[in-house]
Amino acid sequence: MLSFDATNINILVLIALMALVTLATRLGGVYIMSLVPLKPRVQRFIQAMSGSVLIAILAPMALAGDAAARFAMLATIVVMLVVKKPLIAISCGVLAAALFRAY
Amino acid sequence: MPHVGSTLYRLNQQIAWQGFVTMLPIAFFVSAFGAAFGLAAAQAGISDTHTLTMSVLVFTGTAQFAVLDLWGSQLPALTILVTLFAINARHLLMGATLFPWLRHLPTKQRYLVMLFASDANWAMSMQAFNRKQPGLGILFGGGIALWLFWVVGTWVGVYFGNVISNPEAYGIDMVMGCFLLALVLDTEKNAHTYLVWAVAAAASLLAYWYLPENSHVIVGAIAGGLAGTFGGQQDAEL
Repeated sequence: MLSFDATNINILVLIALMALVTLATRLGGVYIMSLVPLKPRVQRFIQAMSGSVLIAILAPMALAGDAAARFAMLATIVVMLVVKKPLIAISCGVLAAALFRAY
Repeated sequence: MPHVGSTLYRLNQQIAWQGFVTMLPIAFFVSAFGAAFGLAAAQAGISDTHTLTMSVLVFTGTAQFAVLDLWGSQLPALTILVTLFAINARHLLMGATLFPWLRHLPTKQRYLVMLFASDANWAMSMQAFNRKQPGLGILFGGGIALWLFWVVGTWVGVYFGNVISNPEAYGIDMVMGCFLLALVLDTEKNAHTYLVWAVAAAASLLAYWYLPENSHVIVGAIAGGLAGTFGGQQDAEL
């Protein structure tokens, strides 16, 4: 693949390109939607897609992640179902991963 | 579509500030993640200035970590940019899901708000909108909080690296996963939602195992979206 020496200028140009690529992803979705008529079918698509993004991030994390990751997510689920406070649930999840790895 | 009048998608300084404050607890966690990035970047041999410039301009946690693995005395520029695009392509979908609310803003403001879009503030604003509550404050102000703490965290990691030498030991790598999971559990669900989620989960797992790296979020999300269009429900709630 295309490779460059890691000189100062090359690195700065690369970081600038990285910023542009990321910017394009941040602005592109809104821009594309501004060209598409918001018909009911399109609305159902993006509505269903919004939850699906989260599920698609989480499912591989849960099923393909390490045991600590699974333990953390399990702790989050249990605490969330019991006390229904996201911040407490997240803290317990993180703590669970830390404890799992410590022992 | 939102018929609830303009309060849902109003945005001013005060609303953005409230969003900023609401996001602070999560932003605090993100700064720890940033510190881990700063340290990892230093260990990968990237100079302090370059690391900070990257966090300021690129502002994308997971993808910046992925790029570190490719960084060396030779820079495979194309591979780096393609990897970055693949991981960040989820922003395209997030922007699309926000459009029904963003379209009420003047064009410039619309794109200004999106500059700070990332997983956490997008997810929280969508949750607010789905509950017929205003969400642009958390999207914009919360996004600025995440960006600021990401940059400050990176700075801390670069200059005081040993603060967090092993972030996994503290479970910091699980912050975003647990956060998004808590939001999912906090969502109103019905049979149709579960069907969509099952499709999204199955597709993302198949992509994770059998398709090129970093394609699973896009594949799962689009599959879930398509499942949503074929669902029996006619009342699209947006």
